[in-house]
Amino acid sequence: MAETASAGGGATPPEGEGRRDFLIIAGATMGLAAVIGVAWPLVETMQPSADVLALSSTEVDLSPIEVGQSITVKWRGKPVFVRRRTEEEIAAAQNVSLDDLSDPQSDADRAQNPEWLILVGICTHLGCIPLGQKASDPVGDFGGWFCPCHGSHYDTSGRIRKGPAPNNLEVPEYEFLDEMTIRIG
Amino acid sequence: MKRLMTDGLAVLATAGLLLWGGSALASGGKTHELEDHDWPHAGVFGTFDRAQLQRGWQVYSEVCAGCHAMEYLAFRNLTAIGFSEDEVMEIAADYDVEDGPDEFGDMFDRSARPSDYFPSPFPNEQAARYSNNGALPPDLSLIIKAREHGLDYTYSLLTGYEDEPPHDFELGDGMSYNPYFAGSQIAMPPPLFEEVVEYEDGTYASVDQMAEDVTVFLNWIAEPEMEMRKSVGLKVLIFLFAFSALFFAIKVKVWKKLH
Amino acid sequence: MGLAHSQNKVVRWIEYRLPVFAFLDHQLIDYPTPRNLNYWWNMGSLAGIMLMVQIVTGITLAMHYTPHADLAFGSVEHIMRDVNWGWMLRYLHANGGSMFFAVVYIHLFRGLYYGSYKAPREILWWMGVLILLVMMATAFTGYVLPWGQMSFWAATVITNLFTAIPWIGEDLTIWLWGGYSVDQPLLNRFFSLHYLMPFVLVGIVFVHLWALHTHGSNNPLGVDIKRPQDKIPFHPYYTVKDLFGMGVMFFILALFTFFLPNYLGEVINYIPANPLQTPPHIVPEWYFLPFYAILRAVPDKLGGVIAMALAILVLFVLPWLDTSKVRSAKFRPIYKQFFWLFMADCVVLGWVGANPAEGHFILIGRLATIYYFAHFIILMPLIGWFEKPRPLPEHIGEPVLKRGAGGEGSS
Repeated sequence: MAETASAGGGATPPEGEGRRDFLIIAGATMGLAAVIGVAWPLVETMQPSADVLALSSTEVDLSPIEVGQSITVKWRGKPVFVRRRTEEEIAAAQNVSLDDLSDPQSDADRAQNPEWLILVGICTHLGCIPLGQKASDPVGDFGGWFCPCHGSHYDTSGRIRKGPAPNNLEVPEYEFLDEMTIRIG
Repeated sequence: MKRLMTDGLAVLATAGLLLWGGSALASGGKTHELEDHDWPHAGVFGTFDRAQLQRGWQVYSEVCAGCHAMEYLAFRNLTAIGFSEDEVMEIAADYDVEDGPDEFGDMFDRSARPSDYFPSPFPNEQAARYSNNGALPPDLSLIIKAREHGLDYTYSLLTGYEDEPPHDFELGDGMSYNPYFAGSQIAMPPPLFEEVVEYEDGTYASVDQMAEDVTVFLNWIAEPEMEMRKSVGLKVLIFLFAFSALFFAIKVKVWKKLH
Repeated sequence: MGLAHSQNKVVRWIEYRLPVFAFLDHQLIDYPTPRNLNYWWNMGSLAGIMLMVQIVTGITLAMHYTPHADLAFGSVEHIMRDVNWGWMLRYLHANGGSMFFAVVYIHLFRGLYYGSYKAPREILWWMGVLILLVMMATAFTGYVLPWGQMSFWAATVITNLFTAIPWIGEDLTIWLWGGYSVDQPLLNRFFSLHYLMPFVLVGIVFVHLWALHTHGSNNPLGVDIKRPQDKIPFHPYYTVKDLFGMGVMFFILALFTFFLPNYLGEVINYIPANPLQTPPHIVPEWYFLPFYAILRAVPDKLGGVIAMALAILVLFVLPWLDTSKVRSAKFRPIYKQFFWLFMADCVVLGWVGANPAEGHFILIGRLATIYYFAHFIILMPLIGWFEKPRPLPEHIGEPVLKRGAGGEGSS
């Protein structure tokens, strides 16, 4: 629809040419503006709607979780691991040199309160849900989580240590509303 | 010239059909001519008065919400009428919504969040009718769009109750006389009386004031997009006018070449 | 001139494998068109544009709509309130439907006035009538989808008409409903059909344009192109004129969409469907009103259905009902008067259709219905035989040169 209105054949007098060019450029510009003006809302309409955006945070009550226990909650349609770490797990996480990590991040940067680890439970390789939430699950070579799909190993801070995954398990935005309640998102 | 006239007539005829067909039908049972009230927000350039919307919200939540649901109002929508995010959280927290099931399989009540929708006063239609003499108080989310001349109708209805019906009128049991309602009697008793609400902004809560405020509020919830619609519309119309004018000029220039 | 002869390597690569550029050249750019077309000839391209608008807005709406009786109404409100630009898409689509019919009706009446249905354009005309039929089916199924009171009851009234068909009527209607009344199964299948039919329309439009390009456009004089100077290339003359027309049409559409979005609609469709409460007045959208009037004019149920169907089917035989040797009403002084009378009759039918079938509306509706059919079946053949047409010009350019006026032949 952004068609240029080009004049047909035949000579145009010199003073007409300037006007003709102006009209062509003006027409093409308006046409382009119209196309963009139409395309933009059509693209935006596929973005998350207001009700979806409103449901983008979840509150979790931490009190029923015992030390060494993990639960999985649903947030924005995705699984989120909430683990209450043991002293050993915390120590193991904090004693890792950043040079040993393919995606370097200190444990302090990943857990606001070292006792609580909150991670998005989606492997950063191709999206499977890693095992390690249940006591009977394999936890991989680093005591955290193990992804059965292609063998990625995550440590007790959820960082990638071995396997094809490129990044550490994502830490979602969260805050402590009080000692035993967090809001994710 | 003659041709122009017959063509013009043709255009008028077709335009007439277009304009007529839309709203030609009888509105069904309007017994009394509506009050022709002034609605500044309803004009081409009209916008909502935030203070008025907040007063209207007060009237709805304190008076109407006892019987009338508003299922399409989410608490988060209230930021559009001038409340802050924190104020909206506070307002929401005053209401309870059902959630669950919990780990025992039971449903439970919790405080509402901004993402929740305004809870209905009744769990279902049957409960609503049972509490209202068999009548069903309609949901108010779209009421302004669901009635002919919705603004004037709602305002007239709310201010149109009369204490005594005409002597020859038979008023049913539990009904109230209101000449603006179809059949002139309505199951809803007059909901508004002087100062039934104490406005937070200090405006005097006369019946007329409250009726006007809640009507505008109801228009907002029926058409929350109104201001954006008019603003975008104006820009679109201006653009299209310029576009048409430009292409008319191009057309004239291109066609001149024919001679 | 000619894209097909471009030196551009990419163009030549494509052209050699699939001659799209030669196609565009021939059908859209160099395409010979009568020089004297007036603005009534803009309607065709405008109708095509409206079809595109409806498809684009419709597809995006379908991304957010739920075709379930319990969820449909709410999903439309979700579109109006939560989906980005949802209110605009919804109002564009609803008012776009009206714009589409308005343009197509003007296009149809243009054809009636200038004899565009006459040989050799009979098949072109048939494709047009077919387009109108499929448009009506599309509009009807679409209106049911929001599942408001009018959606539900219009669906109930019109689908109930099928019970009038002898012997198979009841069973056919149950088959159509997928149940014993208008309910969830009907809504779901109407959604499927509403999505499908616009693409059927695209196919019919393609055949319509193919038929058109076989002999080219008619023109206000109804006289064929005979000399080279009678024609001009489609581009730039008519591309530019069509773009102007498009601007005007979109202006009118925008006026309704942004400032009068519910003017052409029914307020009760903002009430969710209630199978246990019939509204006091069941009325279709404005573009169906004349046919609704014809349906109700016949006191017998089956008779009404047949009359309504015939009202459109009669258009198929129009090329043979019109016995005149002359195409354009410009040169047909008698027919011209009856054309306007017919248009007035359609407006009257529309007005009758908008009102309850009571009182004086009944008689007026019946008279207007009789006149509708009389126009086609009695008047047109007779007028063609007895009318003495004005002398036709030899060529398209003639009347313009005689008057000495510049520019194109105006209407």
